[in-house]
Amino acid sequence: MQGKWINRALLMPATAWFLVMLVLPLVVVVIFSFGERGAAGGYVPAFTFAQYANLPARFTAFKNTLILAPAGTLAALLVAYPLAYFLAVRADPKWRTLLLVMVIVPFWTSILIRTYAWIYILGGRGIPNLLDMIGIEGVRLINTPAAVLIGIVYGYLPLMVFPIYVSLEKLDKRLLEASGDLGAPPWRTFLQVTLPLSLPGIATGCMLVFILLMGEFLIPALLGGGKVFFIGNALVDLFLQSRNWAYGSAVAATLVMIMLVTVTLYMRLIARGSGQREDVSVL
Amino acid sequence: MRLYAIAVYLFLYIPIGIIVLFSFNAGRHASDFRGLSVKWYGKLTSNPFAMEALTTSLTVAFVTAVLASLFGTMAALALQRVQGRMRALYDAVIYIAIMIPGIVIGIATLIALVSVFNALNPLLASLWPEGLGTAPRLRMGYGSLIAAHTLFTMALVIVIVRARIAGMDRALIEASADLYATPWGTFRQVTLPQIFPAILAGFLLSFTFSFDDFIIAFFVAGSETTLPVYVFSSIRRGVTPEINAIGTLVLATSLSLLVIAQFLLRARDHRAATNRGAIE
Repeated sequence: MQGKWINRALLMPATAWFLVMLVLPLVVVVIFSFGERGAAGGYVPAFTFAQYANLPARFTAFKNTLILAPAGTLAALLVAYPLAYFLAVRADPKWRTLLLVMVIVPFWTSILIRTYAWIYILGGRGIPNLLDMIGIEGVRLINTPAAVLIGIVYGYLPLMVFPIYVSLEKLDKRLLEASGDLGAPPWRTFLQVTLPLSLPGIATGCMLVFILLMGEFLIPALLGGGKVFFIGNALVDLFLQSRNWAYGSAVAATLVMIMLVTVTLYMRLIARGSGQREDVSVL
Repeated sequence: MRLYAIAVYLFLYIPIGIIVLFSFNAGRHASDFRGLSVKWYGKLTSNPFAMEALTTSLTVAFVTAVLASLFGTMAALALQRVQGRMRALYDAVIYIAIMIPGIVIGIATLIALVSVFNALNPLLASLWPEGLGTAPRLRMGYGSLIAAHTLFTMALVIVIVRARIAGMDRALIEASADLYATPWGTFRQVTLPQIFPAILAGFLLSFTFSFDDFIIAFFVAGSETTLPVYVFSSIRRGVTPEINAIGTLVLATSLSLLVIAQFLLRARDHRAATNRGAIE
Protein backbone atom coordinates (compact mmCIF):
# COMPACT_ATOMS: atom_id res chain seq x y z
CA MET A 1 0.00 0.00 0.00
CA GLN A 2 2.79 2.36 0.98
CA GLY A 3 4.75 1.35 -2.13
CA LYS A 4 1.83 2.33 -4.29
CA TRP A 5 1.84 5.87 -2.94
CA ILE A 6 5.59 6.18 -3.34
CA ASN A 7 5.19 5.02 -6.92
CA ARG A 8 2.52 7.62 -7.60
CA ALA A 9 4.64 10.35 -6.07
CA LEU A 10 7.61 9.31 -8.21
CA LEU A 11 5.51 9.42 -11.36
CA MET A 12 3.88 12.73 -10.50
CA PRO A 13 6.33 15.25 -12.03
CA ALA A 14 6.68 13.29 -15.28
CA THR A 15 2.91 12.88 -15.55
CA ALA A 16 2.31 16.58 -14.93
CA TRP A 17 4.93 17.45 -17.53
CA PHE A 18 3.44 15.16 -20.16
CA LEU A 19 -0.04 16.55 -19.52
CA VAL A 20 0.84 20.26 -19.54
CA MET A 21 3.65 20.29 -22.11
CA LEU A 22 2.53 17.55 -24.53
CA VAL A 23 -1.14 16.63 -24.26
CA LEU A 24 -2.49 20.15 -23.62
CA PRO A 25 -0.50 21.80 -26.45
CA LEU A 26 -1.49 19.13 -28.96
CA VAL A 27 -5.14 19.47 -27.96
CA VAL A 28 -4.85 23.25 -28.35
CA VAL A 29 -3.47 22.82 -31.88
CA VAL A 30 -6.43 20.65 -32.84
CA ILE A 31 -8.93 23.12 -31.34
CA PHE A 32 -7.25 26.12 -32.96
CA SER A 33 -7.22 24.43 -36.35
CA PHE A 34 -11.04 24.74 -36.38
CA GLY A 35 -10.93 28.41 -35.42
CA GLU A 36 -10.49 31.66 -37.28
CA ARG A 37 -7.74 34.21 -37.57
CA GLY A 38 -8.07 37.34 -35.45
CA ALA A 39 -7.90 40.77 -37.06
CA ALA A 40 -4.41 41.38 -35.61
CA GLY A 41 -3.32 37.77 -35.96
CA GLY A 42 -3.68 35.14 -33.28
CA TYR A 43 -6.86 33.14 -32.88
CA VAL A 44 -10.60 33.72 -32.61
CA PRO A 45 -12.78 30.83 -31.37
CA ALA A 46 -15.04 29.34 -34.03
CA PHE A 47 -15.96 26.01 -35.49
CA THR A 48 -15.16 26.00 -39.16
CA PHE A 49 -13.41 23.77 -41.65
CA ALA A 50 -12.27 26.85 -43.58
CA GLN A 51 -8.63 26.43 -42.52
CA TYR A 52 -8.53 22.86 -43.76
CA ALA A 53 -10.31 23.84 -46.97
CA ASN A 54 -7.61 26.44 -47.50
CA LEU A 55 -4.72 23.93 -47.23
CA PRO A 56 -4.06 23.92 -51.02
CA ALA A 57 -2.78 27.50 -50.58
CA ARG A 58 0.41 25.91 -49.22
CA PHE A 59 0.44 23.15 -51.84
CA THR A 60 4.09 23.73 -52.83
CA ALA A 61 5.32 23.20 -49.27
CA PHE A 62 3.39 19.93 -48.99
CA LYS A 63 4.55 18.83 -52.43
CA ASN A 64 8.22 19.59 -51.69
CA THR A 65 8.06 17.81 -48.34
CA LEU A 66 6.28 14.77 -49.72
CA ILE A 67 8.84 14.46 -52.55
CA LEU A 68 12.06 15.42 -50.76
CA ALA A 69 11.39 13.62 -47.45
CA PRO A 70 11.08 10.18 -49.09
CA ALA A 71 13.88 11.01 -51.56
CA GLY A 72 16.13 12.12 -48.70
CA THR A 73 15.29 8.98 -46.72
CA LEU A 74 16.18 6.81 -49.72
CA ALA A 75 19.42 8.70 -50.37
CA ALA A 76 20.41 8.39 -46.71
CA LEU A 77 19.66 4.65 -46.85
CA LEU A 78 21.83 4.15 -49.94
CA VAL A 79 24.76 5.97 -48.36
CA ALA A 80 24.27 4.42 -44.91
CA TYR A 81 23.84 0.75 -45.80
CA PRO A 82 27.37 0.02 -47.07
CA LEU A 83 28.85 1.82 -44.08
CA ALA A 84 26.66 -0.10 -41.63
CA TYR A 85 27.63 -3.33 -43.42
CA PHE A 86 31.31 -2.44 -43.20
CA LEU A 87 31.02 -1.64 -39.48
CA ALA A 88 29.08 -4.78 -38.63
CA VAL A 89 30.76 -7.36 -40.84
CA ARG A 90 34.12 -6.16 -42.09
CA ALA A 91 35.54 -3.71 -39.56
CA ASP A 92 38.25 -4.78 -37.12
CA PRO A 93 36.41 -5.48 -33.82
CA LYS A 94 39.15 -3.58 -32.01
CA TRP A 95 38.15 -0.34 -33.73
CA ARG A 96 34.45 -1.03 -34.04
CA THR A 97 33.25 0.85 -30.93
CA LEU A 98 35.31 3.91 -31.78
CA LEU A 99 34.11 3.94 -35.39
CA LEU A 100 30.53 3.55 -34.25
CA VAL A 101 30.78 6.36 -31.72
CA MET A 102 32.28 8.51 -34.48
CA VAL A 103 29.14 7.95 -36.57
CA ILE A 104 26.71 8.67 -33.73
CA VAL A 105 28.40 11.69 -32.19
CA PRO A 106 27.77 14.16 -35.07
CA PHE A 107 24.05 13.45 -34.80
CA TRP A 108 24.02 14.83 -31.28
CA THR A 109 25.97 17.97 -32.09
CA SER A 110 24.35 21.12 -33.36
CA ILE A 111 22.65 20.41 -36.68
CA LEU A 112 22.52 24.18 -37.18
CA ILE A 113 26.31 24.59 -37.11
CA ARG A 114 26.90 21.47 -39.19
CA THR A 115 24.41 22.53 -41.86
CA TYR A 116 25.87 26.01 -41.83
CA ALA A 117 29.22 24.54 -42.95
CA TRP A 118 27.56 23.41 -46.16
CA ILE A 119 26.71 27.00 -47.06
CA TYR A 120 30.47 27.42 -47.55
CA ILE A 121 30.99 24.11 -49.31
CA LEU A 122 28.09 24.43 -51.75
CA GLY A 123 28.22 28.20 -52.10
CA GLY A 124 29.97 30.16 -54.83
CA ARG A 125 33.42 29.90 -53.26
CA GLY A 126 33.15 26.19 -52.50
CA ILE A 127 32.61 23.25 -54.86
CA PRO A 128 31.38 25.39 -57.81
CA ASN A 129 34.64 27.34 -57.54
CA LEU A 130 36.68 24.11 -57.63
CA LEU A 131 34.70 22.82 -60.61
CA ASP A 132 35.30 26.13 -62.30
CA MET A 133 39.05 25.63 -61.97
CA ILE A 134 38.92 22.28 -63.77
CA GLY A 135 36.83 23.78 -66.52
CA ILE A 136 33.27 22.96 -65.52
CA GLU A 137 31.60 26.33 -65.35
CA GLY A 138 28.32 27.68 -64.19
CA VAL A 139 27.43 24.96 -61.67
CA ARG A 140 24.99 26.21 -59.06
CA LEU A 141 24.51 24.08 -56.00
CA ILE A 142 23.33 26.25 -53.11
CA ASN A 143 19.58 26.97 -53.02
CA THR A 144 18.73 23.94 -55.16
CA PRO A 145 16.88 20.73 -54.26
CA ALA A 146 20.24 18.93 -54.65
CA ALA A 147 21.77 21.08 -51.91
CA VAL A 148 18.84 20.27 -49.63
CA LEU A 149 19.25 16.55 -50.36
CA ILE A 150 22.97 16.67 -49.58
CA GLY A 151 22.18 18.48 -46.32
CA ILE A 152 19.60 15.82 -45.46
CA VAL A 153 21.94 12.90 -46.09
CA TYR A 154 24.65 14.63 -44.11
CA GLY A 155 22.38 15.48 -41.18
CA TYR A 156 20.50 12.21 -40.87
CA LEU A 157 23.11 9.64 -41.90
CA PRO A 158 23.94 8.62 -38.29
CA LEU A 159 20.29 7.94 -37.55
CA MET A 160 20.14 5.58 -40.54
CA VAL A 161 23.46 3.81 -39.97
CA PHE A 162 22.82 2.84 -36.38
CA PRO A 163 19.66 0.67 -36.62
CA ILE A 164 21.01 -1.06 -39.75
CA TYR A 165 24.27 -1.73 -37.96
CA VAL A 166 22.40 -3.25 -35.02
CA SER A 167 20.42 -5.65 -37.23
CA LEU A 168 23.50 -6.63 -39.27
CA GLU A 169 25.56 -7.20 -36.15
CA LYS A 170 23.01 -9.63 -34.74
CA LEU A 171 23.03 -11.58 -37.98
CA ASP A 172 24.54 -15.04 -37.59
CA LYS A 173 27.74 -14.91 -39.67
CA ARG A 174 27.58 -18.70 -40.16
CA LEU A 175 24.58 -18.16 -42.43
CA LEU A 176 26.82 -16.21 -44.81
CA GLU A 177 29.42 -18.98 -44.76
CA ALA A 178 26.73 -21.61 -45.30
CA SER A 179 25.39 -19.69 -48.27
CA GLY A 180 28.90 -19.45 -49.73
CA ASP A 181 29.58 -23.17 -49.09
CA LEU A 182 26.41 -24.05 -50.94
CA GLY A 183 27.83 -22.31 -53.98
CA ALA A 184 26.01 -18.98 -53.91
CA PRO A 185 28.01 -16.10 -55.39
CA PRO A 186 28.51 -13.16 -52.99
CA TRP A 187 25.83 -11.00 -54.60
CA ARG A 188 23.32 -13.78 -54.17
CA THR A 189 24.25 -14.29 -50.55
CA PHE A 190 23.74 -10.59 -50.07
CA LEU A 191 20.36 -10.43 -51.81
CA GLN A 192 18.96 -13.63 -50.32
CA VAL A 193 20.50 -13.73 -46.85
CA THR A 194 22.01 -10.45 -45.68
CA LEU A 195 19.49 -8.00 -47.08
CA PRO A 196 16.32 -9.80 -45.91
CA LEU A 197 17.78 -10.27 -42.43
CA SER A 198 18.66 -6.61 -42.13
CA LEU A 199 15.19 -5.45 -43.18
CA PRO A 200 14.07 -4.63 -39.61
CA GLY A 201 17.03 -2.25 -39.26
CA ILE A 202 16.33 -0.67 -42.63
CA ALA A 203 12.71 -0.20 -41.63
CA THR A 204 13.57 1.40 -38.30
CA GLY A 205 16.16 3.71 -39.85
CA CYS A 206 13.88 4.80 -42.68
CA MET A 207 11.04 5.47 -40.28
CA LEU A 208 13.14 7.57 -37.91
CA VAL A 209 14.65 9.63 -40.72
CA PHE A 210 11.36 10.05 -42.54
CA ILE A 211 9.51 11.26 -39.45
CA LEU A 212 12.17 13.83 -38.62
CA LEU A 213 12.37 14.98 -42.25
CA MET A 214 8.65 15.64 -42.38
CA GLY A 215 9.13 18.36 -39.77
CA GLU A 216 12.44 19.67 -41.14
CA PHE A 217 12.97 23.41 -41.16
CA LEU A 218 16.68 24.23 -40.85
CA ILE A 219 18.13 22.38 -43.85
CA PRO A 220 15.74 23.88 -46.42
CA ALA A 221 15.98 27.28 -44.70
CA LEU A 222 19.79 27.35 -44.92
CA LEU A 223 20.51 25.36 -48.08
CA GLY A 224 17.26 25.90 -50.01
CA GLY A 225 17.43 29.67 -49.68
CA GLY A 226 13.68 30.25 -49.73
CA LYS A 227 13.36 28.44 -53.06
CA VAL A 228 13.10 24.91 -51.72
CA PHE A 229 10.82 25.07 -48.69
CA PHE A 230 9.20 22.39 -46.58
CA ILE A 231 6.04 22.37 -44.46
CA GLY A 232 8.30 23.34 -41.54
CA ASN A 233 9.26 26.55 -43.32
CA ALA A 234 5.61 27.32 -44.02
CA LEU A 235 4.86 26.78 -40.32
CA VAL A 236 7.57 29.19 -39.20
CA ASP A 237 6.19 31.75 -41.62
CA LEU A 238 2.60 31.23 -40.44
CA PHE A 239 3.33 31.38 -36.72
CA LEU A 240 6.17 33.87 -36.47
CA GLN A 241 5.60 36.21 -39.44
CA SER A 242 1.94 36.31 -40.42
CA ARG A 243 0.72 35.13 -36.99
CA ASN A 244 -2.08 33.13 -38.56
CA TRP A 245 -2.51 30.67 -35.73
CA ALA A 246 -5.71 29.02 -36.90
CA TYR A 247 -4.44 28.25 -40.38
CA GLY A 248 -0.98 27.33 -39.02
CA SER A 249 -2.62 24.89 -36.60
CA ALA A 250 -4.49 23.26 -39.47
CA VAL A 251 -1.21 22.86 -41.38
CA ALA A 252 0.51 21.43 -38.28
CA ALA A 253 -2.36 19.05 -37.54
CA THR A 254 -2.30 17.86 -41.14
CA LEU A 255 1.44 17.29 -40.93
CA VAL A 256 1.04 15.16 -37.81
CA MET A 257 -1.83 13.24 -39.45
CA ILE A 258 0.24 12.49 -42.55
CA MET A 259 3.08 11.31 -40.33
CA LEU A 260 0.85 9.11 -38.19
CA VAL A 261 -0.81 7.52 -41.22
CA THR A 262 2.49 6.86 -43.02
CA VAL A 263 4.14 5.41 -39.94
CA THR A 264 1.17 3.19 -39.12
CA LEU A 265 0.97 1.88 -42.68
CA TYR A 266 4.71 1.37 -42.73
CA MET A 267 4.72 -0.54 -39.43
CA ARG A 268 1.88 -2.77 -40.68
CA LEU A 269 3.79 -3.47 -43.85
CA ILE A 270 6.98 -4.32 -41.98
CA ALA A 271 5.15 -6.43 -39.38
CA ARG A 272 3.57 -8.45 -42.17
CA GLY A 273 6.88 -8.75 -44.00
CA SER A 274 9.06 -9.99 -41.18
CA GLY A 275 6.61 -11.12 -38.52
CA GLN A 276 8.48 -9.19 -35.85
CA ARG A 277 8.94 -5.65 -34.67
CA GLU A 278 12.28 -4.17 -33.88
CA ASP A 279 12.87 -1.55 -31.23
CA VAL A 280 16.21 0.11 -31.56
CA SER A 281 17.30 2.93 -29.34
CA VAL A 282 18.95 5.91 -30.98
CA LEU A 283 21.88 5.54 -28.61
CA MET B 1 34.65 -1.28 -48.85
CA ARG B 2 37.19 0.29 -46.57
CA LEU B 3 37.69 3.15 -49.03
CA TYR B 4 33.97 3.74 -49.02
CA ALA B 5 33.94 3.91 -45.23
CA ILE B 6 36.80 6.41 -45.26
CA ALA B 7 34.91 8.52 -47.80
CA VAL B 8 31.80 8.57 -45.59
CA TYR B 9 33.82 9.55 -42.53
CA LEU B 10 35.39 12.37 -44.55
CA PHE B 11 31.89 13.42 -45.62
CA LEU B 12 30.83 13.49 -41.97
CA TYR B 13 33.85 15.31 -40.61
CA ILE B 14 35.12 17.66 -43.35
CA PRO B 15 32.32 20.21 -42.77
CA ILE B 16 33.12 20.21 -39.05
CA GLY B 17 36.81 20.64 -39.90
CA ILE B 18 36.02 23.56 -42.19
CA ILE B 19 34.19 25.41 -39.42
CA VAL B 20 37.05 24.88 -37.00
CA LEU B 21 39.68 25.87 -39.58
CA PHE B 22 37.90 29.04 -40.66
CA SER B 23 37.31 30.09 -37.07
CA PHE B 24 41.08 30.50 -36.79
CA ASN B 25 41.37 32.29 -40.13
CA ALA B 26 42.93 35.75 -39.88
CA GLY B 27 41.21 36.88 -43.10
CA ARG B 28 37.60 37.93 -43.39
CA HIS B 29 36.43 35.40 -45.96
CA ALA B 30 36.70 31.70 -46.47
CA SER B 31 38.63 32.20 -49.71
CA ASP B 32 40.86 34.73 -48.03
CA PHE B 33 42.99 32.50 -45.85
CA ARG B 34 45.69 34.56 -44.15
CA GLY B 35 47.13 32.31 -41.54
CA LEU B 36 45.99 31.42 -38.06
CA SER B 37 44.63 33.84 -35.51
CA VAL B 38 42.28 33.87 -32.56
CA LYS B 39 40.92 37.31 -33.32
CA TRP B 40 37.39 36.05 -34.03
CA TYR B 41 37.29 34.52 -30.59
CA GLY B 42 38.33 37.89 -29.19
CA LYS B 43 35.57 39.60 -31.17
CA LEU B 44 33.14 37.02 -29.89
CA THR B 45 33.93 37.45 -26.21
CA SER B 46 33.59 41.22 -26.51
CA ASN B 47 30.19 40.88 -28.22
CA PRO B 48 27.59 41.40 -25.46
CA PHE B 49 24.73 39.89 -27.50
CA ALA B 50 26.60 36.68 -28.15
CA MET B 51 27.71 36.44 -24.53
CA GLU B 52 24.18 37.00 -23.26
CA ALA B 53 22.88 34.33 -25.62
CA LEU B 54 25.59 31.97 -24.37
CA THR B 55 24.62 32.61 -20.73
CA THR B 56 20.95 31.99 -21.52
CA SER B 57 21.78 28.75 -23.36
CA LEU B 58 24.01 27.44 -20.57
CA THR B 59 21.47 28.30 -17.86
CA VAL B 60 18.56 26.73 -19.74
CA ALA B 61 20.60 23.63 -20.62
CA PHE B 62 21.74 23.13 -17.04
CA VAL B 63 18.30 23.51 -15.45
CA THR B 64 16.78 21.31 -18.17
CA ALA B 65 19.37 18.61 -17.58
CA VAL B 66 18.82 18.67 -13.81
CA LEU B 67 15.02 18.50 -14.09
CA ALA B 68 15.07 15.88 -16.84
CA SER B 69 17.48 13.53 -15.10
CA LEU B 70 15.76 13.89 -11.73
CA PHE B 71 12.14 13.50 -12.90
CA GLY B 72 13.08 11.04 -15.64
CA THR B 73 14.89 8.74 -13.21
CA MET B 74 12.01 8.96 -10.72
CA ALA B 75 9.56 8.00 -13.46
CA ALA B 76 11.77 5.19 -14.76
CA LEU B 77 12.01 3.69 -11.26
CA ALA B 78 8.27 3.92 -10.75
CA LEU B 79 7.38 2.59 -14.19
CA GLN B 80 9.05 -0.77 -13.59
CA ARG B 81 6.21 -1.50 -11.15
CA VAL B 82 3.44 -0.20 -13.41
CA GLN B 83 1.80 -2.88 -15.51
CA GLY B 84 -1.07 -3.38 -17.91
CA ARG B 85 -3.02 -0.59 -19.52
CA MET B 86 -1.38 2.21 -17.51
CA ARG B 87 2.03 1.00 -18.62
CA ALA B 88 0.95 0.94 -22.27
CA LEU B 89 -0.38 4.50 -21.90
CA TYR B 90 2.89 5.77 -20.43
CA ASP B 91 4.90 3.96 -23.10
CA ALA B 92 2.79 5.57 -25.81
CA VAL B 93 3.21 9.06 -24.33
CA ILE B 94 6.99 8.63 -23.95
CA TYR B 95 7.18 7.37 -27.52
CA ILE B 96 5.19 10.35 -28.82
CA ALA B 97 7.30 12.81 -26.79
CA ILE B 98 10.47 11.44 -28.42
CA MET B 99 9.18 11.02 -31.95
CA ILE B 100 7.14 14.17 -32.46
CA PRO B 101 9.05 16.74 -34.55
CA GLY B 102 10.53 19.63 -32.59
CA ILE B 103 8.72 22.11 -34.79
CA VAL B 104 5.32 20.74 -33.76
CA ILE B 105 6.33 20.87 -30.08
CA GLY B 106 7.52 24.45 -30.57
CA ILE B 107 4.32 25.61 -32.24
CA ALA B 108 1.99 23.75 -29.91
CA THR B 109 3.80 25.00 -26.81
CA LEU B 110 3.81 28.56 -28.13
CA ILE B 111 0.10 28.82 -28.80
CA ALA B 112 -0.94 26.81 -25.74
CA LEU B 113 1.18 28.75 -23.27
CA VAL B 114 0.42 32.16 -24.80
CA SER B 115 -3.31 31.37 -24.61
CA VAL B 116 -3.04 30.15 -21.02
CA PHE B 117 -0.98 33.20 -20.04
CA ASN B 118 -3.45 35.56 -21.74
CA ALA B 119 -6.23 33.99 -19.71
CA LEU B 120 -4.31 33.95 -16.42
CA ASN B 121 -2.66 37.38 -16.50
CA PRO B 122 -5.84 39.48 -15.90
CA LEU B 123 -6.85 37.03 -13.16
CA LEU B 124 -3.45 37.30 -11.56
CA ALA B 125 -3.55 41.10 -11.76
CA SER B 126 -6.98 41.27 -10.10
CA LEU B 127 -6.03 38.86 -7.31
CA TRP B 128 -2.67 40.49 -6.63
CA PRO B 129 -2.55 42.20 -3.20
CA GLU B 130 -2.49 46.02 -3.40
CA GLY B 131 0.61 46.62 -1.35
CA LEU B 132 2.96 44.50 -3.46
CA GLY B 133 3.19 46.75 -6.51
CA THR B 134 2.21 45.58 -9.98
CA ALA B 135 1.40 41.93 -10.49
CA PRO B 136 4.01 39.85 -12.37
CA ARG B 137 3.02 38.99 -15.92
CA LEU B 138 3.41 35.43 -17.09
CA ARG B 139 5.21 35.38 -20.41
CA MET B 140 7.38 33.30 -22.68
CA GLY B 141 11.05 33.16 -21.69
CA TYR B 142 13.30 31.04 -19.50
CA GLY B 143 10.37 29.15 -17.99
CA SER B 144 8.77 28.13 -21.26
CA LEU B 145 12.16 27.23 -22.76
CA ILE B 146 13.10 24.98 -19.86
CA ALA B 147 9.64 23.42 -19.71
CA ALA B 148 9.65 22.60 -23.45
CA HIS B 149 13.21 21.24 -23.43
CA THR B 150 12.49 19.14 -20.37
CA LEU B 151 9.64 17.34 -22.15
CA PHE B 152 11.81 15.63 -24.76
CA THR B 153 14.86 15.14 -22.55
CA MET B 154 12.85 13.68 -19.68
CA ALA B 155 11.38 11.08 -22.04
CA LEU B 156 14.92 10.34 -23.20
CA VAL B 157 16.19 9.87 -19.63
CA ILE B 158 13.26 7.54 -18.86
CA VAL B 159 14.20 5.36 -21.85
CA ILE B 160 17.93 5.28 -21.01
CA VAL B 161 17.50 4.64 -17.28
CA ARG B 162 14.79 2.06 -17.87
CA ALA B 163 17.08 0.14 -20.20
CA ARG B 164 19.73 0.12 -17.47
CA ILE B 165 17.20 -1.05 -14.84
CA ALA B 166 16.11 -3.84 -17.17
CA GLY B 167 19.73 -4.94 -17.57
CA MET B 168 20.29 -4.94 -13.80
CA ASP B 169 20.84 -8.11 -11.87
CA ARG B 170 17.60 -8.69 -9.90
CA ALA B 171 19.38 -11.20 -7.67
CA LEU B 172 21.36 -8.37 -6.07
CA ILE B 173 18.20 -6.59 -4.99
CA GLU B 174 16.74 -9.79 -3.58
CA ALA B 175 20.02 -10.53 -1.81
CA SER B 176 19.99 -7.06 -0.30
CA ALA B 177 16.44 -7.53 0.96
CA ASP B 178 17.31 -10.97 2.34
CA LEU B 179 20.14 -9.35 4.26
CA TYR B 180 17.56 -7.08 5.95
CA ALA B 181 18.33 -3.88 4.09
CA THR B 182 15.46 -1.39 4.09
CA PRO B 183 13.99 -0.57 0.64
CA TRP B 184 15.69 2.83 0.85
CA GLY B 185 18.99 1.20 1.82
CA THR B 186 18.72 -1.20 -1.10
CA PHE B 187 18.00 1.67 -3.43
CA ARG B 188 20.91 3.75 -2.20
CA GLN B 189 23.49 0.98 -1.98
CA VAL B 190 22.46 -1.41 -4.77
CA THR B 191 20.16 0.18 -7.35
CA LEU B 192 21.54 3.71 -7.47
CA PRO B 193 25.21 2.78 -8.03
CA GLN B 194 24.12 0.49 -10.86
CA ILE B 195 21.91 3.00 -12.66
CA PHE B 196 24.08 6.03 -11.93
CA PRO B 197 26.11 5.95 -15.18
CA ALA B 198 22.83 5.87 -17.12
CA ILE B 199 21.53 8.89 -15.17
CA LEU B 200 24.75 10.76 -15.81
CA ALA B 201 24.67 9.90 -19.52
CA GLY B 202 21.04 11.06 -19.57
CA PHE B 203 22.06 14.31 -17.90
CA LEU B 204 24.81 14.96 -20.46
CA LEU B 205 22.57 14.11 -23.42
CA SER B 206 19.82 16.37 -22.03
CA PHE B 207 22.29 19.19 -21.61
CA THR B 208 23.56 18.75 -25.17
CA PHE B 209 20.08 18.53 -26.63
CA SER B 210 18.94 21.70 -24.88
CA PHE B 211 22.16 23.56 -25.66
CA ASP B 212 21.96 22.66 -29.37
CA ASP B 213 18.22 22.98 -29.89
CA PHE B 214 17.21 25.65 -32.34
CA ILE B 215 13.70 24.96 -33.54
CA ILE B 216 11.87 24.69 -30.20
CA ALA B 217 13.70 27.75 -28.82
CA PHE B 218 12.86 29.68 -32.00
CA PHE B 219 9.17 29.45 -31.04
CA VAL B 220 9.11 29.47 -27.24
CA ALA B 221 12.05 31.69 -26.23
CA GLY B 222 9.91 34.85 -26.15
CA SER B 223 12.19 37.84 -25.71
CA GLU B 224 15.17 35.67 -24.73
CA THR B 225 17.81 34.66 -27.27
CA THR B 226 19.60 31.34 -27.03
CA LEU B 227 22.92 30.76 -28.75
CA PRO B 228 21.48 28.72 -31.68
CA VAL B 229 18.78 31.38 -32.22
CA TYR B 230 21.51 34.04 -32.20
CA VAL B 231 23.59 32.03 -34.69
CA PHE B 232 20.61 31.51 -36.97
CA SER B 233 19.78 35.19 -37.11
CA SER B 234 23.47 36.03 -37.69
CA ILE B 235 23.56 33.61 -40.64
CA ARG B 236 20.47 35.33 -42.01
CA ARG B 237 22.37 38.63 -41.89
CA GLY B 238 25.39 37.17 -43.66
CA VAL B 239 28.10 34.61 -43.04
CA THR B 240 30.90 35.89 -40.78
CA PRO B 241 33.95 34.23 -39.23
CA GLU B 242 32.50 35.05 -35.83
CA ILE B 243 29.85 32.37 -36.40
CA ASN B 244 32.66 29.90 -37.07
CA ALA B 245 34.14 30.73 -33.68
CA ILE B 246 30.78 30.17 -31.95
CA GLY B 247 30.31 27.00 -33.98
CA THR B 248 33.70 25.67 -32.94
CA LEU B 249 32.98 26.36 -29.27
CA VAL B 250 29.52 24.79 -29.50
CA LEU B 251 30.87 21.71 -31.29
CA ALA B 252 33.72 21.35 -28.81
CA THR B 253 31.29 21.54 -25.88
CA SER B 254 28.83 19.00 -27.19
CA LEU B 255 31.51 16.69 -28.61
CA SER B 256 33.26 16.38 -25.27
CA LEU B 257 30.01 15.86 -23.32
CA LEU B 258 28.88 13.27 -25.86
CA VAL B 259 32.06 11.29 -25.90
CA ILE B 260 31.84 11.08 -22.10
CA ALA B 261 28.17 10.04 -22.30
CA GLN B 262 28.88 7.37 -24.94
CA PHE B 263 31.70 5.87 -22.94
CA LEU B 264 29.65 5.92 -19.74
CA LEU B 265 26.91 3.96 -21.46
CA ARG B 266 29.27 1.55 -23.19
CA ALA B 267 31.87 1.00 -20.48
CA ARG B 268 29.05 0.10 -18.14
CA ASP B 269 27.60 -2.40 -20.60
CA HIS B 270 30.98 -3.93 -20.91
CA ARG B 271 31.60 -4.16 -17.20
CA ALA B 272 28.15 -5.55 -16.51
CA ALA B 273 28.78 -8.22 -19.13
CA THR B 274 32.16 -9.15 -17.62
CA ASN B 275 30.72 -9.25 -14.11
CA ARG B 276 27.93 -11.51 -15.20
CA GLY B 277 30.45 -13.71 -16.95
CA ALA B 278 32.59 -13.89 -13.82
CA ILE B 279 29.61 -14.85 -11.63
CA GLU B 280 28.53 -17.58 -13.99
